[in-house]
This record gives sequence, C-alpha cells and structure tokens, in this order.
Amino acid sequence: MHRRTLLATASALAATLAAPAFAQDEPLKIGFIYVGPVGDGGWTYQHDLGRQAIEAEYGDRVETTFIESVPEGADAERALTQLALAGNDLIFATSFGFMDPVMNVAARFPDVKFEHATGYKRSENVATYDARFYEGRAVIGTIAGRMTESDIIGYIGSFPIPEVIQGINSSFIHARKVNPDVEMRVVWAYSWFDPAKEADAAAALLAEGVDVILQHTDSTAPLAQAQAAGAIGFGQASDMAAFKPSPRVASIIDEWSPYYIKRVGAMLDGTWESGASWAGIGDGEVVIGEITDAVPAEVKAEAEALRDAIGAGEYHPFTGPLNKADGSVWLAEGETASDEDLQSMNFYVEGITAQIPQ
Amino acid sequence: MMIDPLSVFLLLLSAATPILFAALGELVAERAGVLNLGVEGMMITGALAGFAAAYATGNPFLGFLVAAIAGAVISMLFALLTQLFLANQVASGLALTLFGLGLAAMFGKPFEGVKAPPMPAGPLRINWIVWLGLIMVPLIWAFLNRSRAGLILRGVGENHEAAHALGYSVRLTRTAAIAFGGAMAGVGGAFISIATVLQWTEGMTAGAGWIALAIVVFSKWTAPGVLAGAWLFGGVTVLQLRLQAAGVAVPVQLLSMAPYLATILVLVIISARQKYSRRAGGGAPGSLGRNFHALR
Repeated sequence: MHRRTLLATASALAATLAAPAFAQDEPLKIGFIYVGPVGDGGWTYQHDLGRQAIEAEYGDRVETTFIESVPEGADAERALTQLALAGNDLIFATSFGFMDPVMNVAARFPDVKFEHATGYKRSENVATYDARFYEGRAVIGTIAGRMTESDIIGYIGSFPIPEVIQGINSSFIHARKVNPDVEMRVVWAYSWFDPAKEADAAAALLAEGVDVILQHTDSTAPLAQAQAAGAIGFGQASDMAAFKPSPRVASIIDEWSPYYIKRVGAMLDGTWESGASWAGIGDGEVVIGEITDAVPAEVKAEAEALRDAIGAGEYHPFTGPLNKADGSVWLAEGETASDEDLQSMNFYVEGITAQIPQ
Repeated sequence: MMIDPLSVFLLLLSAATPILFAALGELVAERAGVLNLGVEGMMITGALAGFAAAYATGNPFLGFLVAAIAGAVISMLFALLTQLFLANQVASGLALTLFGLGLAAMFGKPFEGVKAPPMPAGPLRINWIVWLGLIMVPLIWAFLNRSRAGLILRGVGENHEAAHALGYSVRLTRTAAIAFGGAMAGVGGAFISIATVLQWTEGMTAGAGWIALAIVVFSKWTAPGVLAGAWLFGGVTVLQLRLQAAGVAVPVQLLSMAPYLATILVLVIISARQKYSRRAGGGAPGSLGRNFHALR
C-alpha cells in the first residue's frame, strides 16, 4: 500500500471513528450485561423486558444489545469492556456483583455512561438504581401472616446483604402485625439462581413445619416444592404465573421499564446525570402481581390497602416502634427508617431468632 | 434443637438423585476407558428434552424416557469425535458441555414459563425415579463385576490393546458405554426439570454435572462408592439447609464447604493408601482418557 493511500485511509478511519459523536441520525447504542439467562423467568427476564420497553418506546432512535449469563468477577469486566469498545453510549450492568468491574471500566471510558443496578459506588459517569423491594415484601408479608396455619413462615435468602435483610425484616414485621404468633425461619442459599438448591432449601423449610414460603431467589423451584407439600408461596421478581392460583398466591414483580425509559430519554436529550435512584411501589417499579382467589377476600383487600398506602407515601414499612433482635431500640414510636439505615441494614428486627451469617 | 434424621434422609434421597444418575453413567463410561467431561451438557439436554416431552404429552414418565434417549443421542456426538475421529477426549467433552448448554438454551425458549405435569408419588411416598436410581446401583455393580459383558467392558477400560488382541471391539464397547452414560445423565437432568423444579429454565442444572464427575473419582470407580459420594454431597447440602431452617446457630459457610472438604480429605486418604496398593493406578481404569486405534 502506498504511503499516501495509507494516510488517506488513516484519516478516513479517524473521521469514521469521530463521526458518531456528531452525527444526529445515528441511533443511541445501549448495552446490557445480565447475570443470568434472559429465560430465567425472574430477575434477568425482568431487566430484559425493560430493555425491550426501551426499544418499543424509542424505536429507531436506539439500538440495544445484551450479553447474558455473565459471571460476577473478571468476566464482567471483559463483557463491559467489550460493550464499551463496541460503541455503546449507555451501559446497564444489572447485578450487584458487577459493581467493581463497572467502576474499573467506567474509569477507562469516561465518555460512556454506566448504570449499575443495586450498587452504591458512583462517579461522574456511573449512576446507580435500585427498587424498594421491601415495600412489596410488606404486602406479601401481610398475606403470609394471615395465611399461615402453622404460624411458621419460611424465607429463602440469597445472600446476607442489606437488600435481602430488608426483605426479611419487612415481611416479618408485617406478618407479625396481623398475626402476633408468627415465627420466621430463614435459609440462605448463597445463590441468586440455583433451582436444585432452592428446591432443597424449600424442602428443608417445609420439613420444619413452614406452610408459607417467601423467597429471595429467582427460580420457581420453591413454588414447586410448596405445591407438593400443600403450602403457598409468592412469585419473585417475575409473576411466575404458571403456579397460579395456588401455591403462587401473589407476586412481587420488578418493573424496570419506567426507569429505563426515563434514563434513555435523558441520554437522548442530553440531560443524563449520575445519581442514585431508589423507587418503589409509588413509581411503578415494584408491582404486586394479581392476588389470587386462594387468598380470602378480606385478606386480599387488606393487602391491597397496604400496597396503596405505601404507594401513596402515606405509610412507610419501617415505622417505629421497632426494636432490633438484640432488644435495643431502633426506631421510636412514629419514627421511620432513613434510607442510609436501610441501605446498610445488617440486623434482624426483634422477634426473629435466627442469626445473620457474618 | 433436634432434627429428625429420617426427614433429613428423605430430603437427601431426592437431592442426591440427579448427581447419582449422572455419576453412575459416567462411572460406566470411565470403566470402559472413556473420560467424558460432557456430563453437564448431557444433563441439560435431558432436562430440556424430558421437560418438553412431559409437557407435550402430560406424562412425566414419558418425559424421562425421552430424556434418556436425548442424552444418549447427544452423547453420540462425543462418541463420533473420540471413537471415529480420535479427537482428544477432554476437549471433546468440554465442547459437548458447551454445545449442550447452548443447544438447550436455544430450543428451550418456547418452554419458558410453563409447568410440567405433576408426578404421582411412588412407593413409600418416594419418587419413582429416586427408586430407579437406587436400584441402578446394585444393577450396575453386578453388571460390572458379575457379568461377562461387564468383564469385557472393564477389560477395554483397563487395557484396550489387550482387549483388542482378544478380539473385542474397543470402539463398539466404548460407544455403547458413552451412550449409556448419556442416557443416565439425561435422566439425572430431567429429574431436576420434571420432578424438582417443574419448570424449564436455562442453566438449571447449575453445575451438577461437574459434581457428578468429581464423585466418580471420589468413588474410586465403584458403584457403591458413587452412591456414597452422591449421598455425602447431597447429605451435607441438605443437612446444612435443614440446620439453618431449624435455626441452629452453626457457621453456614463452613457447612457449605463441607462436601468439598470431605472430598479433599477422602482423596488425600486414597492417595496416601495408594503407595501400599498392589496396582499403581489406584482405582482408575488403566486406559482412561486414552484413545485407541487398532493400527497404531
């Protein structure tokens, strides 16, 4: 190749590389990395519905891609780098464990905007977002407290992190409110998605006399076990409609579409800024799925009233008086928990006798 | 707090079943001298094919049959590569796992979100397939140690040159063993989708195939050893979940680690004893993982 052609090619190449920043009709490229498969029917499935909602909302103005089943760790950093190099302008990383990889990659690509789900580390080009799942857990906790006959409720935890502990506390507080005899048993699966292990965890709880199972893991395996044992459970992250009307009597659904549409809109009109979003029932990000007829009408009405009160901002699920499990006072009468308190929650409320693994 | 040992045992039986099937199948393949690392891929294939068949026909037992056939069919890909084209067994097995996972993910899309038909409880309220797994242990033991066909299979695994010289078809024996391993892994995978979870989800075998491979080594290549290994892994998992459910304050991480610690311990004991053992290779078949070519 002649030197002149080479130079011409090089400058043409440089022009091509620079072009997308200025061209107006180029679609905004948006990348997603998912921790699970889009077919998990739970967490990742719901994020992918959010991605599809972006496409439906903005059509040709956006172009989305995703990489699924990315393990948390070094692979995540590779996947994020790959998305950044592929020219994505906005990248959503949808699992807590992607936090450090996001920070590392974001530092290397200052012009790319990143959004990290459920994390707490931010920078100029890294925003975080989460949903107030504990609001939904208050509602299903109410149903659980009313529905249990053995007065023992089981909870399958994924990892002992604040988000999950909020969920355990919130559901327990509201189950106790409607049924003072309720006890709660907690089993940690140390996984977000492992159907066989979740099934074993559910079976272990059922053998302890639990007749209502709440889960913070993403497969339907606990529902299958509950069904075989005549117990009930709830859809987690997604509706899990296949198990209606019982054992799945209601569900807590993650609805990311409103947030995704809002953030992509901000990118398109140039107003994107880093920040932390933590929206709940009121913003439509936490949705209570249909409460089936397996639940008595008055219980259903009670749960829906609670849902609406939380959604309208009239009631906070963590309202005092509340004590910690060790008996010390946490919230005084009428006091509500601060977001900082919730985000660092590492204790059970009074009445839960289990220990949090350290 | 006391935990009823019987209920733990019943949970264990079910928890151990997928890895028991997969490990028994792999045991037979390895005794024929074939190291098939594709167990996870065959399990997930069986999990999907079995689920699809059970869902389509409404008959879970038909699902298990189809899972066995699907596992055997996909294992023929490995047989083709290693027995006909003499490809490297380790690489072919890994490829089979990746292929199976991808294939199941692709064909599984239409089956997401639907539920498998319920299974009728078997004798003593223990699932039929759990019983089948338990029966397979003495059957496979008797086949390997008390039958002529089993003797030939072991001969092929110990020394394929000698078996060939005696006029036995190494390739045919190994292909049959691979197919059997595939069928067993398929049933093991289907137990997760049809009997435990009742739904199809991508990646649902979650590494059970790898545990099955470890159990074969742990068992020193014997059927009762495989049962012991599956129960150890299944048992410790179930016990730690059960202790948690009962609210017993034990370090959970320690219990989660226990099966792996136990494996390391047993492997150390096995290798320590090996220097006193008459046969150098310990329990491993002599020709394990080596390809055979009659003209070499």
